[in-house]
Amino acid sequence: MSASKNEWPLWEVFVRSRQGLSHKHVGSLHAADATMAVNNARDVYTRRQEGTSIWVVKAEDITASTPAEKDILFDPANDKVYRHPTFYDLPDEVKNM
Amino acid sequence: MTQEMDLNQRFEDYIAADQKIEAKDWMPDAYRKTLIRQISQHAHSEIIGMQPEGNWITRAPSLKRKSILLAKVQDEAGHGLYLYSAAETLGITRDEMLDALHTGKAKYSSIFNYPTLTWADMGAVGWLVDGAAIMNQVPLCKCSYGPYARAMVRVCKEESFHQRQGFQVMLNLSNGTAEQKAMAQDALNRWWWPSLMMFGPNDASSKHSEQSMRWKIKRFSNDELRQRFVDMTVPQAELLGLSVPDPALKWNEETGHYDFGPIDWSEFEQVISGNGPCNRERIAHRVNAHNEGAWVREAAAAHAAKVAARADQQTHAA
Ligand SMILES: [Fe+2]
Ligand SMILES: [Fe+2]
Repeated sequence: MSASKNEWPLWEVFVRSRQGLSHKHVGSLHAADATMAVNNARDVYTRRQEGTSIWVVKAEDITASTPAEKDILFDPANDKVYRHPTFYDLPDEVKNM
Repeated sequence: MTQEMDLNQRFEDYIAADQKIEAKDWMPDAYRKTLIRQISQHAHSEIIGMQPEGNWITRAPSLKRKSILLAKVQDEAGHGLYLYSAAETLGITRDEMLDALHTGKAKYSSIFNYPTLTWADMGAVGWLVDGAAIMNQVPLCKCSYGPYARAMVRVCKEESFHQRQGFQVMLNLSNGTAEQKAMAQDALNRWWWPSLMMFGPNDASSKHSEQSMRWKIKRFSNDELRQRFVDMTVPQAELLGLSVPDPALKWNEETGHYDFGPIDWSEFEQVISGNGPCNRERIAHRVNAHNEGAWVREAAAAHAAKVAARADQQTHAA
């Protein structure tokens, strides 16, 4: 990640669209500090009542899994179909389950 | 080598399966470069596009129209930001992109190098320019690069009010005095052909198109989109009681499309290579705004550094 010396840091923006829903990533922006990031996020990502709450996180503080790890991390779940309710065939007489 | 082949195969499979490519996924260099070029040019167009309309904010005919225009120009700034952010995920910095714009290395849509001479131009720009932009942008919501596609979904949601408010301006003028109607007709006359040019060169001479279609960055060809725009817009002009400045324009019963006259590509070439009516003015204005904002950016950065240092000291002291 090459941050040039003049540039303000990059922040990832998360918005809660409605009370009761979780925050969702909506994009990113540059800002000198967290307060400015929230203010700018308000201006660019919630001009049409898209949100009731904003999180901002410095992009460099996020640790992400890499695409190379995809198989190691997520493939083992493939053969564990018994973790899904549809794996279990039950007689039709069984109600409310 | 074989690893690169595997990665390339996976990339191709993703594209074939209409799966999105995400920022950290492996991608061919040429795909990355094409996207950086296209997305940053798109961002520049949004930012430079604020100028022709910004020109009329202080002279809008009513407070309502002024608020609407202000909101539209603010939206365009937002579009620029979404797109710069999308381009940054590909490993280019904001500063590098701005440099390219300010030094004339990067291009932006040639339409914004035309002047906005009368209030009717605010109508014509919203109706035609934003209309053509929507035509181009809707398919980009499905483009293969995830961050670009998501940015375009946001843009398109905001874009439709731009076109509607423009059409309404044209409608009011067309239903107004003879003078107002003439003003609307004059604006249509001047913006029609440049709007058709917004779709880019004819398919036969479009150098980037084919590869972009294969990569599913582009979904429809320039000529296809242009034809759709003409088919959609001509009936709207009729509704306004205005005439499209093209003597060759004619409904073609057989094809189910409008036939239209040839585009003056030499004008397009002139404007895109820097010799349009407003190219110099647009860039000079942008560079000036950037330079005049430098002290704000520096002061904010210095303030943030000072606050961070003070917080740091306090944790060490505790
Ligand atoms: Fe826009
Ligand atoms: Fe727009």
